[in-house]
Order: sequence, then structure tokens, then C-alpha cells
Amino acid sequence: MVGIRFHGRGGQGAVVASKILAHAYFKQGLYVQAFPSFGMERKGAAVSAFVRLDSAPIVERGDIKNPDVVIVLDFSLLRKVDVAHGAKPDALILLNCKENENQNPIKGSFRVAGVDAVKIALHHGLGSKTAPIINTVILGAYARVSGDLALSNLLEAIETGVPVSPKQNMAAAEAAYQAVFRISGDVNAD
Amino acid sequence: MKKVMMGTEAATMAVKLARVQVVSAYPITPQTVIVESLADIIGRGELKAKYMPVESEHTAMSSCMGASLAGARTFTATSSQGLAYMHEMLHFTAGERVPVVMVNCNRALAPPWNLYCDHTDSLSQRDTGWIQYYCADAQDVLDAILIAYAVAEQALLPVMINLDAFYLTHTSEPLDVPDQETVDLFLPPYHASLKLDVNDPKTFSIVCGADLFSSIKYKRQGDTLAVARLWDQVAEKYNSHFNRLHKTVEAYRTEDADLCIVSIGTATGTIRLAVDRLREEGLKVGSLRLAMIRPFPLEGLQRAIAKVKHVIVIDRDVSFGAEGIVAQEVKAGLFGHRGDLKVTGFVAGVGGNDVTVDTIIPLVRQAISGYGNAVEAGMSLWAEVLP
Repeated sequence: MVGIRFHGRGGQGAVVASKILAHAYFKQGLYVQAFPSFGMERKGAAVSAFVRLDSAPIVERGDIKNPDVVIVLDFSLLRKVDVAHGAKPDALILLNCKENENQNPIKGSFRVAGVDAVKIALHHGLGSKTAPIINTVILGAYARVSGDLALSNLLEAIETGVPVSPKQNMAAAEAAYQAVFRISGDVNAD
Repeated sequence: MKKVMMGTEAATMAVKLARVQVVSAYPITPQTVIVESLADIIGRGELKAKYMPVESEHTAMSSCMGASLAGARTFTATSSQGLAYMHEMLHFTAGERVPVVMVNCNRALAPPWNLYCDHTDSLSQRDTGWIQYYCADAQDVLDAILIAYAVAEQALLPVMINLDAFYLTHTSEPLDVPDQETVDLFLPPYHASLKLDVNDPKTFSIVCGADLFSSIKYKRQGDTLAVARLWDQVAEKYNSHFNRLHKTVEAYRTEDADLCIVSIGTATGTIRLAVDRLREEGLKVGSLRLAMIRPFPLEGLQRAIAKVKHVIVIDRDVSFGAEGIVAQEVKAGLFGHRGDLKVTGFVAGVGGNDVTVDTIIPLVRQAISGYGNAVEAGMSLWAEVLP
């Protein structure tokens, strides 16, 4: 069982991203489950979503306490949320952040990667400067560093999974696939 | 065809495959996805049905009753406060013997205001006469709704299909979507033998004195009790078409079990993981999911726990002043049948608390040893209570 946890803000599309990722792995023949930590959150509040992957049917439900992967859609969340909480010691943590910030903001033994998802989203006309749409962008970066998700499967899942502008979302995800960078530890980004 | 869907999407798909003719509903979280998408597919003409938007759940159920009396296959969906608001009409539809099928998304009743999973909403409607089924996963949702129409239209009783809020309503997972042709073979159109018809007028909802009243209710009691077996028969027929079995009880590793954990809804999946873990430690434990609560699947329960010495019931609900409602049901069902059996009832997972393997295992240990963190309140032990 692999557990993936998304951290985002209400309205950023963490829940949609979790569903797209589940669909992409489903295309690869895995059993999948996507689940939002959903509720009374309003736009801008910290939210999370979860994906479980397994080669056997998944019977467990609810929040993932010890994720193998953590994907953070909003860098400013790091001030508010301990995104690495409960993560496995060798967990992969993917951040939406600028490349020139060389310091690793995540303490611990984790493998940390980053992608400037805001820059890529705006370049592809996704959202606005104040509200860029980066959820599919960061999935493109994830496909690279995961090492096990084929970009083609992700792009197909994006095409059917986003409500508007599928082509721009796919192009942005491809760009992010190329642009993801290593911040710390053994990360597949070369 | 295999697809990844949320429980609410599976429900919508089932309604479409059942060729429902009338939908009347009022939106409420977490049911909203169902009624929005049904309005969409009816609006696009993908389902030839009448969609009746109404001002309340009470009217939604009244509309369904009227449409069903007129001979239409009808559907509605609600949750929590909305179900409570339907209460009067729940008695009415069951008494009127109309085969309405409803999805209820199990959400906590306020106050305090809470959107998350809790079974008190539907279990507090158990005496209305509705058939109640509690789903385990998204596949179960789709299949159970189709089975429900076949059962409802044969028994002339309404069926409530229950989905755990978020754990099922908003969880995406793979399921097999059957093709329309095979569904049509399993579920032919509904033909009401007696119906509202201006060309052949009949009176429904008669006034009745004491002379007939008891006999009418007695007949309904017998017909309702018979649904436990009827459901299992229809489920076997469904299985012959689709190769998936959804019976009224579902036992897991109970054959040689000394101890059995009884539950309803999605927590059962996690409970089975806990069972596997405890088995590795040498504890002979099993799990029993009661998919049906009304009629109470007494035979299935008695058969499954025939050799069990200790039953643990996990209730995501409570009847204030008594105990967990499923625990009450289990005790009532076994009284006089197995006097030697020990039953321990826990209230856990109410209002959206995750029921995890790490929740279950300490509860099992407490049930055995008498020591643990769950605190006593009457006959139940409560988990997740702040000190």
C-alpha cells in the first residue's frame, strides 16, 4: 500500500488533483482510492486530500496518517501546517516553490523535490497571478519524481479529469515534468 | 466496464441504469452531488425522467409517494437533517406500500453542527417500516440500488440505501459498471398492480377503524420480515447476472472465531484489517457486517455467530438513555437464543472520527480484559471521549 497526502488551500484543487492521480494509477492497473478531508472549510483554508494505491483491493478508509508521499500545493502552508507530520522516514515530499530558494524548508530525512508551479501555470494561462491554478502542474512534476507513473497515463487522466482547459493543463503538466528539481535526498529529477 | 467513481456517482449511475421515471429531492451535504448530477442527466435527456425540485425533504418524499402510487419508478436522496424532516412521510410511504428507493448519506445530526459520518440519522428512523441497507463500498452502492428496486417492487415496501458520509459518498474507487442491456434483463419496468388512474378510480389512504387496523399492520409486519430472505434471493439472482453477491449479512473469518466484531457500513473494511492483525497474534476473531438492519437479518446473524463466545458491536450511533442502536438490535436478536453469549457494545467513530485499525485493536483488548480508554456510559463504552 502506498499512501499519498495532498496539502492545499480550499479552492486550489487538491481534491481534483487527488482524483486525477487516482485515475492515472488506475490506468496502470492498480487499485486506487481518493478521499478528501472535506467539510466546512472555506476558500483559502488549509485542506488535505488522500490517495491510496495497492496491487490488491483497498479496504481501509479514512485519513492517511503515515504517507509515503506528501504533495504541497501552497508554499505558505509550511508556516501553518507540519506537512511532514507522520510521513515515513524516506517519504517523498514535493513542494510548489521557487527554484532559487536553495534551503530545504523540510526538516528530517525525507526526499524533497520542488517545482515552480505558479510560474508554469501562469505561463500556460491557468488562473491569475493572485489565484494561479497549479493542481495539474504539480502532478506533472510528481510523475517525474515518483519514478512509477507514466506521463502519458497522467496526461490522459488530466484530459478527462479537469472541468475546463484540458489542453493547457496537459501542456503545463508536461512542462512541470521537465522543470521539477531536487531539493534534498535521493530524488529522481535528472 | 471498470471505472473510478465516488459513492455518490455510483448512486447516480444506478438510478440511470434502473431507468427511474421520477426524481424529487432537496439538496443537502453530502448528498448534493447525487441530485445535481441527476438533474444534469435528466436535463440532457440521458435519463427520460421527471425531475421535481421541491422546497423541502417532506415534500420530496410526498412527491415520491404520489408518483409511486401513479405507477412510476421513483427515487430520492437525502441526509441527516433532511431525513429527519421527512420523518412523517417515511411512515406514510411504508404504510402506503409504495416501492420508493432512497439514498441516505449517513451524516451526524445537529447540534453541534457536523457534516461527517454518523449512523444515528437513519437508525433513528428504523421504526418507520423502511427496509434499511448499509453499503460497504462504491460497488455495493451501485449494485444495492438495483437490487433494492427489484426487492421494493416485489415486496411493495420502500428501501433506504445508506452511504457513509465522505468515507463512501466522496471516496473515489474502482467499480464495475454493468451494461444497460443486462440491467434491463435483471430489472424489467415497474408495473403497479394497483395505481392512481383517472380512468379507473380507486381510493388510497383509507380511514380505518380498529376492526381492520391490526390486521393491516400484521400483514405488513409479515411482509417486512419476509424481505430478509427475499433480498438474499434477489441478490443471488443479481449475482447470476453480474457475478457479485450482496447479501444481508457478510461474515469474515468467523468459522472458527471465539470473538466476532459486528458493524455496519464502511468501517467493516478497516475492522477486517484489524481482524487479520489480531489473528496474527493468535486471537480467534472474525467480523460480521450487517448490511441490512430492517428487517433485522436474524437468521444470518444467528448462523454467523453460532460458535462465537463473545460479540463486540461497534456503533457509530447512539440511542440516548440506552446504548448503541446496533448493539441493542444484536442483543434483542440473540436474547433467548444464546444465553451464554457475552456482548460488549462500543460507541466509536461518531461525527466523523476515523475508525482505524489503531482504534479497533485497543477496543477488542478492552472488551476482553475490561481495561482500556473507552469510558462507560450506561451499557455502552465510548471511544474518543476527551478526559
